[in-house]
Amino acid sequence: MTTAPLSPARTAATATRVLRQLHNDPRTIALLLLVPCLLLLLLRYVFDGSPETFDGIGASLLGIFPLITMFLVTSIATLRERTSGTLERLLALPLGKADFIAGYALAFGTLAAVQSLLTTGLAVLGLGLDVTGSPWLLLLVALLDAVLGTALGLFVSAFAASEFQAVQFMPAVIFPQLLLCGLFTPRDQMHPVLEAVSDVLPMSYAVDGMNEVQQHAGITGDFVRDVLVMVGCALLVLAVGAATLRRRTA
Amino acid sequence: MMNKEPGPAIRATGLTVVRGPRTVLRDLGFTVPAGRVTGLLGPSGCGKSTLIRAVMGTQAKVTGDLHVLGRPAGHPALRARIGYVTQAPAVFDDLTVRQNLEYFAAVLDPGRRAAARRRENVTRAVADVDLTRHADALAGNLSGGQRSRVSLAVALLGTPELLVLDEPTVGLDPVLRRDLWDLFGTIAADRGAGLLVSSHVMDEAERCHDLLLMREGGILAQDTPDALKTRTGTDTVEAAFLSLIDQAAEAESESAAGAARSRRQESPR
Repeated sequence: MTTAPLSPARTAATATRVLRQLHNDPRTIALLLLVPCLLLLLLRYVFDGSPETFDGIGASLLGIFPLITMFLVTSIATLRERTSGTLERLLALPLGKADFIAGYALAFGTLAAVQSLLTTGLAVLGLGLDVTGSPWLLLLVALLDAVLGTALGLFVSAFAASEFQAVQFMPAVIFPQLLLCGLFTPRDQMHPVLEAVSDVLPMSYAVDGMNEVQQHAGITGDFVRDVLVMVGCALLVLAVGAATLRRRTA
Repeated sequence: MMNKEPGPAIRATGLTVVRGPRTVLRDLGFTVPAGRVTGLLGPSGCGKSTLIRAVMGTQAKVTGDLHVLGRPAGHPALRARIGYVTQAPAVFDDLTVRQNLEYFAAVLDPGRRAAARRRENVTRAVADVDLTRHADALAGNLSGGQRSRVSLAVALLGTPELLVLDEPTVGLDPVLRRDLWDLFGTIAADRGAGLLVSSHVMDEAERCHDLLLMREGGILAQDTPDALKTRTGTDTVEAAFLSLIDQAAEAESESAAGAARSRRQESPR
């Protein structure tokens, strides 16, 4: 009974529980869904005079928003589980670590899907973001970003002893990726060392993937590579995150 | 379970726990029988919670022999068989009482087919801790005592063979405390479950079948309340406990003085 690495019923129960917690906190949901839309709107009129710039940055941001928000939400939520004793209690029950993590990924992935639907819809239909490829591919990349953000948040929450520390991991983990992901300047124009660093950071592939969709009609080889790297990264970080959930603690 | 002579719910020999540089539990030996309420008593900081976490398998750096329901402590097969309440209420503040219990029930007894049984269990557990009127209130909006009762209700879900409760009655009013101790007695008598209940309130000790008295990471005595009172010639468990502590302290200072004396004699000067 407890030997299976993942129990679908317990995973579903965990995901339902996380969604219920969010449901009881409507303000958080509103912030999660509305803030990215408002930022896109803001960006559109910041670049009012140069729509091509908005096309480039807007597509990248569609990939970056879900990563950042899910990173923040997950790192705080799992930190709370660790400090409130609910994690210790759950791990003393027949709940597998994989159930716990998959439950979180599923719940926040669902939320991210709604968020990405809204932002992608707004950008493409409302703000005239010019996408050559299929907007559904944008959505796919956004979802993978959200799962990646969830994975990273779960991982860093193991190294934070308080909410103050957890929030500080955002500039530490996310900002360097933001600077190096190609949003501000193409990655091949960076110092070679930085370009090499950006090659191993997952957000670079999120932005590359978004740009592939934005510039090409079909599914390109580069796009497939970007998607695979993101999936691999998310799974790797989730596995490492699972290792930080300890049944026995000092 | 009733016709077969049950083994002890918990059996420990040479149990030692190290936390950081400190040895918190030193070479403990004790048993917690099934079908009885065992009180774990001692001043705060004496190692009660560490002992409980060792039993639950959540404490790191445990050495010695510790068997729970016939298996080594922390064995995965034990997780559905033990009800556990931590000292601080471990519940989700942003879920209602019922939502909290529904989730923990689904972890214990998952699947669509168990849904009816889970509903029954949740309703019963809420009633057991007298929270039926607050079942749809958010746990975070409840008082401290009510939140610890939600935490206790989680441990009462299903039919645990062993209940491990770390100070479950702290901050509760006398009526509720009496009701809960009645419930503990009923669980032990009717289900044959073993209960290990820590407390530092000595009048609760009178309600236990057996007592484990702890002091500074060691077991001072294990006996029934009556036997302890007889042994120490006192009327209450509190007086018995104090008398045992004084004896232990005296013996310690004597042996320390003896050791100092013998050191002086051995030293060349």
